Amino acid sequence: MSTTASTAPQAAASDRAGASRRQGTFYRGDPGMWSWVLHRITGVLTFFFLFVHVLDTALVRVSPNTYDQVIETYKTPIVNLLEVGLVGAVLFHALNGIRVMLVDFWSKGPKVQKAMLWVIGVVWVAVMVPGAFFMMKRTVETLFGGN
Amino acid sequence: MTESLALDKPRSPKRPAARRSNFELYSWLFMRISGLALIILVLGHLLIMNILDGGVHRINWGFVAGRWASPFWQFWDLSMLWLAEIHGGNGLRTIIDDYARKDSTRFWLKILLYVSMALILAVGTMVIFTFDPNMPAN
Repeated sequence: MSTTASTAPQAAASDRAGASRRQGTFYRGDPGMWSWVLHRITGVLTFFFLFVHVLDTALVRVSPNTYDQVIETYKTPIVNLLEVGLVGAVLFHALNGIRVMLVDFWSKGPKVQKAMLWVIGVVWVAVMVPGAFFMMKRTVETLFGGN
Repeated sequence: MTESLALDKPRSPKRPAARRSNFELYSWLFMRISGLALIILVLGHLLIMNILDGGVHRINWGFVAGRWASPFWQFWDLSMLWLAEIHGGNGLRTIIDDYARKDSTRFWLKILLYVSMALILAVGTMVIFTFDPNMPAN
């Protein structure tokens, strides 16, 4: 892998040699990198949902029955579960967006960016647990409890 | 050797500006300002529509008609539509710039993006402004 190894054998004895002996040198990243990846993924997913959502809402101009028929699919168990995923994605994107703004505009932001990541993780769980409960309550009751 | 490369000194007045426009600066700023507004608009929307008071199960045409009877929610939804679509569209523009390898791919993906943004903004705005609460069921 290292081009310097052929011209300077001594360089191969440095830490580079140890790194290349291990199979592959995959960059596992820093939590900050993964928050950036997650920010992109949640953003793209939300944008695609927005496309669908504006079109399904536009059916209110077609007729009340057409709209009600399509909106019923949002109340089915699988789509209901997807809604929990959407809320989770949007919530992460919002919280991490606040973190990005604090890194940009707050003088201490860059220093505590990793700590802020754990904070938004805690807030995310604290909101999603009751949030998912109220979103899924009726679906779970209907699936397992009869009426 | 050194004479072949003619460069102005960093602060010499003749040196042309490194960039021709501040578009990317304003786009960066827009993402933060719209993002701040969207935190209220979108999280409020999700809370009302999905979590409070039975969530999605109480939504139907009558529910939408009831909300859009108020100018407050019309304005809320209209702002949310425009800010979210442009915020998301600008994000996708950045992602296309990052990952498209060929200029032609980049060009066509952006055309597709801009057409979809125009479509969604036009349809969404039209629906909010022309909603008819007295529409017959069929």
